[in-house]
Amino acid sequence: MTMKTLILGAASAAFLVACGSGDTAVVKDTATKTVKETPAKATGGDIRVVGSSTVYPFSTKVAQEFKNKSGFNVVVESTGSGGGHKLFCSGADKSTADITNSSRRQKKSEYDNCVKNGVQGVVEVKIGFDGIVVANAIDAPVMDMSLKDIYLAFAKEVPTSDTDCTMKANPNLKWSDINPKLSDEKIEAYGPPPTSGTRDAFVEIAMEGGAKQVPCLAELRSKDSKAFANNAHTLREDGKWIDGGENDNALVQTLVNTPTAIGIFGYSFLEENTDKIKGATIDGTPPEFDQIASGDYPVARSLYFYLKKDHVGKTPGLQEFALEFTSDAAAGPGGYLEEIGLVPLPDAERAKTRAVVENLTTYSQ
Amino acid sequence: MSEKTLTSEAAVKRLKKRRGKEWRFRMWGRASIAFALAALAWLLFSIVGTGYTAFQQNFMRLDFQLTESVLAPDGTRDPEKLRGANYRRIVQTTMYEQFPEVTDRKDRQELFALVSASGSTNYLRQMVYKNPDLVGKTVTVTVPTSDQVDQLLKGYIKRDTDESRRKVSNQQIAWADTLKERGVIKKKFNRILFMNPDSRDPELAGIASAVVGSVMILVVAFVLAFPIGVGSAIYLDEFAPKNKFTDFIEININNLAAVPSIVFGLLGLAVFLNFMGMPRSLPIVGGMVLALRIFPTITIATRSAMQGVSPSIVDGALSLGASHTQAVFQQKLPLAAPGILTGSIIGMAQALGETAPLLMIGMVAFVTEIPNSITEPATALPVQIFLWSDSAERAWAERTSAAIIVLLVVLITMNGFAIWLRNRLEQRR
Repeated sequence: MTMKTLILGAASAAFLVACGSGDTAVVKDTATKTVKETPAKATGGDIRVVGSSTVYPFSTKVAQEFKNKSGFNVVVESTGSGGGHKLFCSGADKSTADITNSSRRQKKSEYDNCVKNGVQGVVEVKIGFDGIVVANAIDAPVMDMSLKDIYLAFAKEVPTSDTDCTMKANPNLKWSDINPKLSDEKIEAYGPPPTSGTRDAFVEIAMEGGAKQVPCLAELRSKDSKAFANNAHTLREDGKWIDGGENDNALVQTLVNTPTAIGIFGYSFLEENTDKIKGATIDGTPPEFDQIASGDYPVARSLYFYLKKDHVGKTPGLQEFALEFTSDAAAGPGGYLEEIGLVPLPDAERAKTRAVVENLTTYSQ
Repeated sequence: MSEKTLTSEAAVKRLKKRRGKEWRFRMWGRASIAFALAALAWLLFSIVGTGYTAFQQNFMRLDFQLTESVLAPDGTRDPEKLRGANYRRIVQTTMYEQFPEVTDRKDRQELFALVSASGSTNYLRQMVYKNPDLVGKTVTVTVPTSDQVDQLLKGYIKRDTDESRRKVSNQQIAWADTLKERGVIKKKFNRILFMNPDSRDPELAGIASAVVGSVMILVVAFVLAFPIGVGSAIYLDEFAPKNKFTDFIEININNLAAVPSIVFGLLGLAVFLNFMGMPRSLPIVGGMVLALRIFPTITIATRSAMQGVSPSIVDGALSLGASHTQAVFQQKLPLAAPGILTGSIIGMAQALGETAPLLMIGMVAFVTEIPNSITEPATALPVQIFLWSDSAERAWAERTSAAIIVLLVVLITMNGFAIWLRNRLEQRR
């Protein structure tokens, strides 16, 4: 009899768990009714998307719209650009990812890894632009800086002068040390961590662009590009640059609480928080939608996704998903991706992208 | 007399010192309790304070004319074709009708932005898909407002901030207020939060898929970890020979309970995904990983519960002729049951809160569908909270807090159930 008590107890514990599922069964009924009736659904698995956390919001939006229009289920994972390429290139069979999102172009090493693991036929699709902004609190003074100022503020080692490229540890403590026109505040920046594609892009576009504006470094670049890259890509480690987390909302909060600090993040976060923070003008161009779209804003990057051609036909709905992603309703001007911060490609380039998806044109590196 | 010695000057001093010590200890105790309570109160206050508003949402009740020339210019009634039709146009027309005097293209865009674009178009889409005969008719439907309008009406978007600094224009504020006066916009209980799967749009996002995913993971974890955990505890305690090897196992199980949970995620990634080749993001894999996480907890709870049973009961059973197995299963285990179950439920509550191991096996994902079985991709409640907290739109803040409230309520319920069960079983003895 006493044994029964134990079983009873275990059963009631299981019941507690089942209670939850009982409640939600009702939910399932109403919500999946709309979706489950698609004939294609039964024949194959879901569309699997991995990759960049910057592209993630756009990818999920398309997934949601596509699901509603076609009934195909899409699973989007946010793994970071690097992690995405690794998963994407890990093999060609059906259980691997169909698509990886990337906030930069696929690297040669990643492409080679794909080839090595038998991933034949990768389709490269450019979906739009994203600006990287340097922002501070809304009540703090307006920042108007050049890429060179950014380089001199955040490089680990800087040249002694414009003409003398003997490198020394970065001596700049205040913004006014770099450029008398800038504020008299100390340099304090919160930026994305090394795992982030935003960080890669910031270093490659802003830092490198800034280094190029120093005449003797530009000279070095033509002679020894490796040494140049090394100088331009290394961020200072003396506490002036602080690695923030991946959570950009926390970063916005930090900027509000610390008006003297600046933060570095994607344009969409600036757009959503215009009442709390404002973007710095860089090389005379403010970080605004039109300026990013026209290419005038210097710190902008392209966003991509990569698709396995072999999976088209094996994963039902895959090409249709890519078509939805590149359609005018999504990625065009006035499309639903623009509403959440994607900067669309110019018309000609969009037509080209569209053709790539329609013909599944593979690329190689 | 002894009183004399007690009242000697040295004794009084000693007594004072001792009492002072005791008093200080009590004060420290009270201070630490007060600190813990204050921390808890602060946590609850901040979460409930930002989260409670998410349980209500602003909806619009609108008449949509499902014009045939827009939806089915070729007169088709094929559901698949109707699914791809231009529902945005229908919603736009309806919104423009609210303020016929607005004709400028840019103004009309702003007007359209009052309603949840994705929500309204997809709602109509699914309606027509299910019932193609609706084409040509007018339907009255309640759809959510856009998250901006919702945030405005809830007071999160301040009206007195400069127009250039907020996402809602003065014009839109005036329209929203007018619609509210007309009774088109109404605040209602937010069913969407509980009924919908995750969405990219805050006004359409719900926790249903995450809750179902969490339940599936917990069921799998419980079914695996409970028998293994209890079984190994019984064997180790009662039947295993006491030697260096079993000591070693015992130490290892105790250590396992203290291993950071991300390590179990890595283990799951290496064994279940890479070696056994299971797909990513499945509740069954999540459950298996979390079973590894909680089985040491269950083992330890079971062992301490069994050690708490008076040895005289087993001795009595043995002296009456019961076998060792009989004595353990019929006498000792039932008496240890309350402790075992409490430990298991607390282990389950632990599992419910885990995010890190799920990250490694691909459960930090956006899933468009509520999973129907443990082999369909799913996500879990804490993961959903993590993903929402990282999203840009202002409206996510309150929804994140609302999801945390739901998670806390479930956790409190589980712990409360554990306590209730223990009391009940102890009374029965």
